[in-house]
Amino acid sequence: MFDIVNIEKPGTLEAALEMLSRNPELKIIAGGTDVLIKMRNGALEEAELLSLRNIPGMDEIRILDNGTISIGAMAAFAKIARSSIINENLPVLSEAAVSVGGPQIRNMATIGGNICNGAVSADSAATLLAYNAELKLLSRSGSRTVPVSEFYAGPGKVNLLPAEILTDILIPEAGYGRTSGCYIKYSGRKAMDIAMLGVSVVCKTEGGKFSDVRIALGVAAPVPIRCSEAEAYAIGKEISDKTMKETGRYAVKASRARDSWRASKAYREHLIEVLVFRALKEAVIRGGGVDIG
Amino acid sequence: MDKYEKISMVVNGKAYSLEVDIRESLLEVLRNRLHLTGVKQGCSVGECGACTVLIDGFPVNSCIYLAVWADGRKITTIEGVSKEGELSKVQQAFVDEGAVQCGFCTPGLVLTATALTESGRKYSDEEIKREISGHLCRCTGYNKIFNAVKRALDVDC
Repeated sequence: MFDIVNIEKPGTLEAALEMLSRNPELKIIAGGTDVLIKMRNGALEEAELLSLRNIPGMDEIRILDNGTISIGAMAAFAKIARSSIINENLPVLSEAAVSVGGPQIRNMATIGGNICNGAVSADSAATLLAYNAELKLLSRSGSRTVPVSEFYAGPGKVNLLPAEILTDILIPEAGYGRTSGCYIKYSGRKAMDIAMLGVSVVCKTEGGKFSDVRIALGVAAPVPIRCSEAEAYAIGKEISDKTMKETGRYAVKASRARDSWRASKAYREHLIEVLVFRALKEAVIRGGGVDIG
Repeated sequence: MDKYEKISMVVNGKAYSLEVDIRESLLEVLRNRLHLTGVKQGCSVGECGACTVLIDGFPVNSCIYLAVWADGRKITTIEGVSKEGELSKVQQAFVDEGAVQCGFCTPGLVLTATALTESGRKYSDEEIKREISGHLCRCTGYNKIFNAVKRALDVDC
């Protein structure tokens, strides 16, 4: 049994927002793979839950007229990994989605929950950062759109107001068009594990040079981060092993890795350097096989 | 202050309408109320896969799935896999490959493999390994289990 006092299961978003504005104590539950485990561990007691599962259409994945890809917050990772829209346009997100937990977890866990629980190890977070994704947050008083880079406030903390619900994750065409990329999840096991480090790279190349490079890391700081020093270094440079290795070294600068039982600070910094290089190289190869010397 | 809600669900082809405690997991309702004890309770936090059931055809960890969410859903447990006393193809493959030792992980694995066979898709070795990776077996290695799933999917071993 879970320590649940009450559970609301509204059938519309309007009803959900109404309930949330009336009772700010309501804890939003999506797939349940984080919230219910917190309860098992005693970290959440006498919970009043607001389940979004009965709201139809909240898991839709579509391309809007302006080319923006919209992913419903309730889309489960299995659905994201199977989606042709995601596979064709956001292959790095599909790669990240498949790396989450195991198959049963991916059938339950949602991308919205993964972002809103604020975990630095969230497999989707680094990739959404690299694609310059935006989050659509809805409340009774209106909606706002926040870049995912401004959403994380600290370990386990996000800038979601008590009366707000994350409804959609938006990736504008400028964020994904003509890009290639790669996600590397580094963990002790291939499945059912939490990342020791997550590296997501999205880049564009032109005439043998990097015209755009976006590098994001999970578990390298208190929140998922972008590596601005490394990106600035790589943009405009010739595509070579030397450039990419140096970019890996620059990526360490943005990090604030720490010692934990999963890995030491020194080991994490080594991983950042090596895995950023590998992800970048793989992204270039996937982007059309520029001859790398 | 106990709170109950009425749910309707189809379990192994049979319709049920029952009052469930809002605090209950689907696992607890299946085991304690419907006495479907083939659904095993292992880790209780969605890591071991012993409690796996199919919900509308997809494998889900029933230990972290609220019973109230099952309203209107179709559930398959290991008890619903064989038909008229005949083992299913997946069950037979597990027997033929000797893929059962203590048996605790077996119901979940058979259900995941059943979902794979019913998808009608073809799976590479790597994909099979990925698809069964949400089940932990603590008796032995995974080779016989892997071979059984392959056999059930008609892949030459």
